[in-house]
Amino acid sequence: MIGGLSFAAPGLLLALIALPILWWLLRAVPPAPIRRRFPGVALLIGLKDDDSQTDKTPWWLLLLRMLAVAAAIIGFAGPVLNPPEERETDGPLLVLMDASWASARDWPVRLDRARGLIEEAGRDGRPVALVQLTDLPAGEGVAFQAANTWLARLDNLEPQPFAPDMGAALDWVQGIEGDFQSFWFSDGLDHPGRDDLAQALADAGGVIAFEGGRDVLGLGPARFEDGVILVPGYRLETEADRAVTVQAFGLDPTGVERELARGDLAFAAGNGEAELELDLPPELRNRISRFQIAGERSAGAVSLTDDGLQRREVGLLAGASEAEGQELLSPLHYLRQALAPTADLLEVGLSDLLLASPDVIILADVATLSPEETQGLQAWVERGGMLVRFAGPRLAGSDVARDQLDPLLPVRLREGGRTVGGAMSWGEPKALRAFDEDSPFYGLRIPADVRVSSQVLAQPDPELASRSIAALADGTPLVTRARLGQGQIVLFHVTANAEWSTLPLSGLFVQMLERLAISTRPVDPDAIDLAGITWVPEVLLDGFGTRREAGVMPGVDGIDLATAPLSAALLPGLYSGSERRVARNVLGAEEMLSAASWPAAIPVEGMDARPVVTLAWAFLSGAFVALLIDSLAALWLSGRLPGLARTAVLLLAVTLAPEAQAQEESDEALALLATSEVTFGYVLTGDARLDETSRAGLYGLGLTLARRSSVEPAPPIGIDLESDELVFFPMIYWPISPDQPIPSDAAYARLNAYLRGGGMIVFDTRDADIGRFGTSTPNGRALQEIARPLDIPPLEPVPEDHVLTRTFYLLQDFPGRHLGRDVWVEAAPPDAEQIEGMPFRNLNDGVTPVVIGGNDWAAAWAMGENGRPLYPIGRGFAGERQREIALRFGVNLVMHVLSGNYKSDQVHVPALLDRLGQ
Amino acid sequence: MTLNTRHTPESLRSRSEAVAGSLPSLLADAQHLAATILLGEHGRKRAGTGDEFWQYRQAEAGDALRSIDWRRSARADVHFVRQTEWQAAQSVMIGVDDARSMTYSGSKARPSKLRRAQTLAMALAILAVRGGERVGLTHLAEPPRGGEAQLMRMASALMDPEDAGDYGTPRPQVMPLGARAVVFSDFLGEVGPVEEALGQAADRGVKGALVQVLDPDEERFPFDGRTLFESMSGAIRFETLKAGGLRAAYLKRLALRKAQLRDIARRTGWRYHCHHTGEGAEPSLLWIYRALEKVRL
Repeated sequence: MIGGLSFAAPGLLLALIALPILWWLLRAVPPAPIRRRFPGVALLIGLKDDDSQTDKTPWWLLLLRMLAVAAAIIGFAGPVLNPPEERETDGPLLVLMDASWASARDWPVRLDRARGLIEEAGRDGRPVALVQLTDLPAGEGVAFQAANTWLARLDNLEPQPFAPDMGAALDWVQGIEGDFQSFWFSDGLDHPGRDDLAQALADAGGVIAFEGGRDVLGLGPARFEDGVILVPGYRLETEADRAVTVQAFGLDPTGVERELARGDLAFAAGNGEAELELDLPPELRNRISRFQIAGERSAGAVSLTDDGLQRREVGLLAGASEAEGQELLSPLHYLRQALAPTADLLEVGLSDLLLASPDVIILADVATLSPEETQGLQAWVERGGMLVRFAGPRLAGSDVARDQLDPLLPVRLREGGRTVGGAMSWGEPKALRAFDEDSPFYGLRIPADVRVSSQVLAQPDPELASRSIAALADGTPLVTRARLGQGQIVLFHVTANAEWSTLPLSGLFVQMLERLAISTRPVDPDAIDLAGITWVPEVLLDGFGTRREAGVMPGVDGIDLATAPLSAALLPGLYSGSERRVARNVLGAEEMLSAASWPAAIPVEGMDARPVVTLAWAFLSGAFVALLIDSLAALWLSGRLPGLARTAVLLLAVTLAPEAQAQEESDEALALLATSEVTFGYVLTGDARLDETSRAGLYGLGLTLARRSSVEPAPPIGIDLESDELVFFPMIYWPISPDQPIPSDAAYARLNAYLRGGGMIVFDTRDADIGRFGTSTPNGRALQEIARPLDIPPLEPVPEDHVLTRTFYLLQDFPGRHLGRDVWVEAAPPDAEQIEGMPFRNLNDGVTPVVIGGNDWAAAWAMGENGRPLYPIGRGFAGERQREIALRFGVNLVMHVLSGNYKSDQVHVPALLDRLGQ
Repeated sequence: MTLNTRHTPESLRSRSEAVAGSLPSLLADAQHLAATILLGEHGRKRAGTGDEFWQYRQAEAGDALRSIDWRRSARADVHFVRQTEWQAAQSVMIGVDDARSMTYSGSKARPSKLRRAQTLAMALAILAVRGGERVGLTHLAEPPRGGEAQLMRMASALMDPEDAGDYGTPRPQVMPLGARAVVFSDFLGEVGPVEEALGQAADRGVKGALVQVLDPDEERFPFDGRTLFESMSGAIRFETLKAGGLRAAYLKRLALRKAQLRDIARRTGWRYHCHHTGEGAEPSLLWIYRALEKVRL
């Protein structure tokens, strides 16, 4: 091995010694003579060559041959650059991959490295097992298999969005019998229990660790503090300063996900943590669905946001206060206190509130609303608003919802309400009954000191039970709820101040508001907040940080969601329960990434194995090229080259000519060809016979035109819709065959531009239009399929006074090879009317962009190079007459394209009338 | 060689077909060539080929009585003799060297030397026949004849090569006294036989022209590198390691050969012309025609 270069068969290099002998041999032998018949030889007899030096092979040719031979020898000796390192080559091999979120950053590199190692093991004939620590095989032990079986599976491996469970891995490794060597692809993080696993592996037969070179970056859950969003970020390597770009993604108002904001996460040297501050307007902030480190592909680099960031806009409205100035008695005081930290409050008039369209509107003891306001509120609720109403003296005293259900109240109310535990009443103030399981408040602990002394009562009603979501100990509803459209209406049967109950004084009040998603919880929910609810995953992250629909994943218990470590059963993602959504991210609020440290006994290798470069082919092809040059040179020396040289140069030029340029040139050539004379195009259908018919048809039409008119078109050009520019062609003939490919979107864009730009396409289904009266032919269906994306105006069969009937010849039929009846063109404007005494209407519009028919015109027009028709039409003279009419139609068509509606002008009326014999 | 022996039925048929295949084109070429001369500057002042009248001259002492043209003489006081000078036709003997060396052509764009020589010969024959003279081929043991039929016979004979040697030698079989002769050859073989033949011809009062037909490659010697030169039959070989180095020597020898031929021609009263197949045939035909005329006058 010489400086990274080694040879598979070094013994062959000894052949290099033979080179000097070869030199001598080659020098001694002159090139072979050319035999040449020459009568003048008689005059040559007896002549002598003047010197004998030049018959030897020239030194540079010898050198070239030497080089060729040397290159061939070296090539066959099998030179290899960066030969693979020597490793143990016996015994089974266990390839362990952490396959955690932190491995995702350089997953393809890991797979490549693993592939290289497994291939190497395969060459050595070692049995291999590949195990992901995040996806341990079920049961005891491991199946060592041939390397090839693992290579096939390698591409399907994916990192998981959680950290491996080293304890389980340790148990599993200890369950393997026998010695084996391990290659451990570590994600670089120090997972708890990793050292034990490393020790166990080292004991089992040695372990080599592989670590990637890239830093591990992660984002913690975003939180909202003091008007700014804070996103914590973590990294593994802490030596240098580093700035990382964090992007905030969310839906824009049109519902398209896009980057809403971005900021730099600046890590200071020596610090593994940093925090990004983002100050965004509420509208933007509420839209953010996730933060992501730009350019990082890992679940850890994605931080999903949940309700914690989404500050709801809450409109507060109270009835006119009688007790002016008594702050604590204000119906809104406790609501303000409860909501201000977590929501944006709006306190304006109802009409302004509705304009602002907040998430929630709270009406504290507002009884009557104007019909207009009722309508507005109702519409707002139906669009998804949430209307929360609190009872109070005014509501209790009003007639609202007495006799019939008020649209803005969930239940009917009984008059007056009731008071319990007061001075003038029997009984104690009532406590709250524990919340039902189907209540959104289920799981909330009810403080013992919450008492209700007054409330409004709901009318007994079949639906009452289902609408009640909180009740007093005696079963009377305390909170009722009804859905209305996409929104809902909630009624607290007590006041929002402490007048009727102590509920607003307790923490339960805040929690209830939170559960109703009126307010939003602080970040990092504790288990109690989430307990009691089964959280259903909505969006889950995979190891690369890609969001996936959760599908039918089972729900997760609230306590698990809050505390359990992430695993295959609890994937990071967005979970929803009752009204709320909670995000579980890979990294928590207070994480510390620490690097894995390896014992000195375990060798650590990098990910980037230098690729093994086999140089044999380079040397061999070098030798081949040298020999080629040599033979050319030998030919040149012996004077045999001139003819060959031209061929070779031509060949070289052909093979080396750059493709792109050729393409460009062909485009330009097409443009020149198509624009220097009037040129008609036909669409290449892929059916060679059909294309030839189209070509011959347009050629024949061109001949006819040249004979009969001043239009002398160039030979027609076949158009490949996918690549050719269309604008050069005044008319394109498009025969339809059933198995024609549908053009691509780009081709349709060009076609539509062509049609809008005044071009004309003649569609020909070639089926004689037999599929009339609701039936269709394969060609007709193909035409429908093809023409669907085209920008085609309304059509009608050619009316008798259409300009096509008189642009050059006076025609009433448009036959081709068939005598089908209808040919469709753009419909005349509906206001076109025939004037008395005029033979045709005044249709001064443009050229029809399409002509659709099925008469196989091209076949009728088709002529060979000698100007003779190619296809038989009809029988005898009648057939020839039909061909003539077909050609006349073609002439008319071209005249229509080239001269537009010129013949439609009424100026021509007298001449036409004369010719029509009227 | 079978070509020299008698025909077998098989060889007769195949040869005949081969010859007949190329005969029309040779005749056509020759007719075409001859037409350029007839229509060109060399117009004669008599109407047709079969018209023997040349001029009337006064009868002199010694003129036979029967040669006096009485009709002409009746209009004058003296007697006139109707001269039929051309009636006493000349014989034009044409020799075409059909040795193997004549089949050489340096390029596909050029005819072989033999083909060009045959074309020139036939054109000359046509001119002569139209001029009322008799033509014949030197190597045939047949006397020269006139008439269109003779042209056909000549063409057949020309297309029927007999000499299979590398280099041809003039071997006249019939040489009428005072005839005119034209010999086409590349004269690359020995000079001696040529000199001898010309000497014999001069002895019999035959004069004419030597036309050396050469390929441009033979004039230029555009070869280089190690080359094994072979004669057309392969009998003669010459190998050189550096053909380009021999060019000067070859050209010198060729010039010497031409000088020899010119010298022989001068001494025997013949004329010498060198024709290259790379050039058109018309100038050479014109030269030959005039050369014969000069001899004749």
